[in-house]
Amino acid sequence: MSRNTEVFVIGGGPAGLSAAHVAAKLGATTLLVDDSARVGGQLIKQTHRFFGSSNRDAGIRGITIADKLQQDVKEVSDRLTVLENTAAVGFYHNKEAGILSQKAYERVTYQTAIVCTGATENSLTFENNDLPGIYGAGGVQTLMNVHGIKPGQKILMIGSGNIGLIVSYQLIQAGVEVVGLVEGMPTIGGYLVHASKIRRLGVPIYTSHTILKALGTEGVEGAILSRVDEKFQPVPNTELEIKCDCICLAVGLTPLIDLFQQAQCRMVHVGELGGLVPLHDSSMRTTNPEIFVAGDASGIEEATTAILAGRIAGARAYEATHGKSAQAEAIVAEAREELRTLRSGSTGERIRWGRERVLKEVGEC
Amino acid sequence: MLKNDGIISPEELAPVIPPPARLAKGPVAIIECLQDIPCDPCVSACPVKAIKMKEGITDKPALEFDTCTGCGLCIPKCPGLAIFVINMKHTPGMATVSMSHELLPVPEKGQEVTALDRTGKDVGKVKVVRVVNPPGYDRTAVVTIEVPADQVNNIRAIRA
Ligand SMILES: Cc1cc2nc3c(=O)[nH]c(=O)nc-3n(C[C@H](O)[C@H](O)[C@H](O)COP(=O)(O)OP(=O)(O)OC[C@H]3O[C@@H](n4cnc5c(N)ncnc54)[C@H](O)[C@@H]3O)c2cc1C
Ligand code: SF4
Ligand code: SF4
Repeated sequence: MSRNTEVFVIGGGPAGLSAAHVAAKLGATTLLVDDSARVGGQLIKQTHRFFGSSNRDAGIRGITIADKLQQDVKEVSDRLTVLENTAAVGFYHNKEAGILSQKAYERVTYQTAIVCTGATENSLTFENNDLPGIYGAGGVQTLMNVHGIKPGQKILMIGSGNIGLIVSYQLIQAGVEVVGLVEGMPTIGGYLVHASKIRRLGVPIYTSHTILKALGTEGVEGAILSRVDEKFQPVPNTELEIKCDCICLAVGLTPLIDLFQQAQCRMVHVGELGGLVPLHDSSMRTTNPEIFVAGDASGIEEATTAILAGRIAGARAYEATHGKSAQAEAIVAEAREELRTLRSGSTGERIRWGRERVLKEVGEC
Repeated sequence: MLKNDGIISPEELAPVIPPPARLAKGPVAIIECLQDIPCDPCVSACPVKAIKMKEGITDKPALEFDTCTGCGLCIPKCPGLAIFVINMKHTPGMATVSMSHELLPVPEKGQEVTALDRTGKDVGKVKVVRVVNPPGYDRTAVVTIEVPADQVNNIRAIRA
């Protein structure tokens, strides 16, 4: 079987849902596929209140934002088809792609595609890191917040970015003891309000420390930590043994980019954005003119910015088949302005720098 | 230091503590959000516009101590759980601290709970004097506890 659509959106996280909503609302026939059982992306695992702009749902829980976005897409269901449990598996020539569900493989022909595949989790090398009981933070969240299963009783968290801090807090809420949080840098990576929140519930934060090895034979029984110097080298005789039955790695995300490479989009490595990302302009168009990008796939950032970039991509993808539209232009202008303010200030510095590098490469900055 | 261990030092805290004259008047907010982050729900939560961000969303919140009525409406809206309301005019020698509480069990009014300081250390039993937990707060209860006046800026969490 084959399907035909004007706009083809891959990935139903905040970026993809927003892109599909805008494109369909403006008048494009739109198809959205997501490989998980329920659209919402990272949001369906986020039980905490989001930071961000109150214009864009900050202060409410991630799961509630997911419900709102799902409601939005229902509103345009006459033009928008959503397929869950369906993965995009490849791009072909002539604006054709393949999608695979549990039932069938199908072809999709499209005018423009918006790729919002999000990110994958990084891992860490240390002795015994393949023991049962060592998880990525995303896995812990899926077990705990989607399926209601505790990953363990005593957990050690590695990584003090917002994900490490927030997942630690969610673990405490689920009744799991967080025995410590380990960070190689001398300072905490995530927002300090989130760090204070777990510290006052008794979680020690070990900055300038690393994990040397996991202990145990059948499963995790503990871990050996060590202090590190400025060059991240373990300092001898500073080893520390911690008892735990679970280790959670929250050591960063990398954009999920296979589809862009397959579609022959030019890629660029920008450390500030999490690794290789497809080059794109401020309309979120990649160097393959029929392919747009939005969200973490264009550089690791936040749900609020993913929603805004998704809106830009959705509006521009609509224009690609229907021609210039004042309504689309207004959506783009508003989203750009909100993005600018969100990325201002000192915490936005790294992202701003990374984003500018991408635009420079395409000659826009 | 906050950025190394998550614990706000007295020096770091000093600028957000209202002056003694304001404290003497009754309840007032203490906003322990000391880093420029892209976040602003506290600003729109305040009915009297006492919370300002001069440089926009990425600025730190600044509280106008004299405008703040200590109503506590900003407390459950803060995703950082960084806002507390303290009342030094409670009873002689005793003060109250109001804070967000997102752990089960949610304590009840009159219950004795364990008070924790900024490091999570047990600093004794305290009495809950008020629990506000309407549907609109979406499961973030605001719990008010009675504490010795000299502990008012030391106690920052509870375990029920
Ligand atoms: C613990 C944690 C806390 C966070 N807290 C906040 C916060 O407080 N505030 C904030 O603004 N942000 C927060 N974020 C970040 C935010 O969740 C992400 O930035 C955001 O979800 C990115 O959106 P996205 O749409 O780009 O990707 P995702 O949400 O990752 O969605 C991508 C979707 O694409 C699907 N997909 C991938 N490949 C394919 C394929 N080939 N075919 C079909 N489908 C595919 C995936 O299954 C997924 O559903 C947090 C993240 C985490 C992990
Ligand atoms: S306590 Fe009330 S008046 Fe004071 S800042 Fe918060 S919401 Fe505003
Ligand atoms: S809502 Fe809380 S975390 Fe966000 S800026 Fe205000 S005080 Fe800081």
